[in-house]
Amino acid sequence: MTAPSSDLVANDLTVEFPAATRDAPPTVALDGLSLRVAGGEIVALIGPNGCGKSTFLRAAAGLLRPQRGVITLGGDTIAGPDPRIGLVFQEPRLLPWRSVAANVAWPLELAGWDQERVVARVDELLDLVDLRDAAELRPVQLSGGMRQRAAIARALALAPEVLLLDEPFSALDALTRERFNLELLGLQARTGSTAVVVTHSIPEAILLADRVIVLTPRPGRVAAEIRIDAPRPRSLATLDGAIVSEAAAAIRRHLEVPERAA
Amino acid sequence: MMAVTSGPSLRRPVADTGPVAAAFIVFVAAWKLVVVLGRLPVFILPAPEQVATRFVTAWTDGTMAPHAWTTVVEVALGFAVGAVAGVVAGYGLARSPALERVLSPYLVAAQAVPILALAPLLAVWFGPGLLAKVVICGLIVFFPVAVATMVGIRSVDRGLLELARSLRATRRRILVDVEIPGALPSILGGLRVGVTLAVVGAIVGEWAGADKGLGVLINLARGSLFDIPLLFATLVTIALLGIACYALVVLAERRFVGLR
Repeated sequence: MTAPSSDLVANDLTVEFPAATRDAPPTVALDGLSLRVAGGEIVALIGPNGCGKSTFLRAAAGLLRPQRGVITLGGDTIAGPDPRIGLVFQEPRLLPWRSVAANVAWPLELAGWDQERVVARVDELLDLVDLRDAAELRPVQLSGGMRQRAAIARALALAPEVLLLDEPFSALDALTRERFNLELLGLQARTGSTAVVVTHSIPEAILLADRVIVLTPRPGRVAAEIRIDAPRPRSLATLDGAIVSEAAAAIRRHLEVPERAA
Repeated sequence: MMAVTSGPSLRRPVADTGPVAAAFIVFVAAWKLVVVLGRLPVFILPAPEQVATRFVTAWTDGTMAPHAWTTVVEVALGFAVGAVAGVVAGYGLARSPALERVLSPYLVAAQAVPILALAPLLAVWFGPGLLAKVVICGLIVFFPVAVATMVGIRSVDRGLLELARSLRATRRRILVDVEIPGALPSILGGLRVGVTLAVVGAIVGEWAGADKGLGVLINLARGSLFDIPLLFATLVTIALLGIACYALVVLAERRFVGLR
């Protein structure tokens, strides 16, 4: 059931952004971040605003080059965008002039698939995210949730080993968001991909993850790792267990300490 | 009225015919009223029916057609040259801030010098034939299209460009799949402005030196022929040509940007 995948490893990752003016020091987004995500594992990254969660995802997706340190997947250094990694942004980022099906087909076209295979794969993906009936609609005609589902289907198109999600459901209302989190868990169980989810929400992190990694405020470093031992498959009832309230308390403790210091 | 079945805007006619017809009738009636009340002679302002009659005879006796055709060719070629050059230059300016800094003073200066002042010079350089008119048309079309393209390309959603990069899209695919469709509404806006200017450019070019074209016919009607109704009929032809060109661009816009 679980596809063979390999570990995503960040080692001593440091990312700086040049300052706006010449005299000011550069902004250090990540300072020597090291973490390991095992193949097939779901990890939630949580931390205060500006702690570098999104920066980490961008570095892992090969969209920006770290000043120091490396990220490897299955032992290979990530030096640029990699087909083994699928990225879901905070916004759906669909091409407004393409239909849902054509949006999902885009990564396949860019990867040079022939038309016949593209059509078959798109059908499969739309089934997976339950958007078959919306295939010919344009993004403007979809609800926010449907758009994000299309974006997830697009990220899954090339069957990536690792799925990186940057607060994927933050624009949805709380109830829809819970439903989508459960859907995401179902998808992950079926595809067996590794998943790294950036989130602001402690319950969301606990519901999704095998392990929650708490980051410090900027510059981001690992403040704590909390294992979530709740059994799978999980449901909303999972959030009521004793393990969960313990984990939530631990996460909150680590999130709050630096704020008091500052 | 046309039945609208699927898309919200694809099947709408270019303009609703009812109000347009009403406005036209009011315009013609006011014109007639001015002629009658002012007791204006034909050589100052001919009555609408005189112009209409002259318009029909000029088209049927072969006076208008050769001149109109010459102008249409000039407009079409000049617009094509100016639009293509404008899109290419606008893309370059959008992608290279250094290029924009170096070139934009010259572009603005070229645009600020009235085409009316440049036309005689261009007529000397490029001769009395088609080439000078295409150059003049092209120049006048170039600027609005270049600026619209530059603005359009710059305003393409950065998120989509980052997405394209994450999917390892080549430069060419980014251009074709993201930048051009993203900038298209803005480019088409520039083309709308450009196409009406192309008609102006052709007429100005003909005034600066030509033996055929609607601009030439205006000079003939005012001068040696002294046929003021023909002058007005020519103006009507020029206006119709402008409207037709504009409608073509609007139709293209419907076709390409219709549903977003």
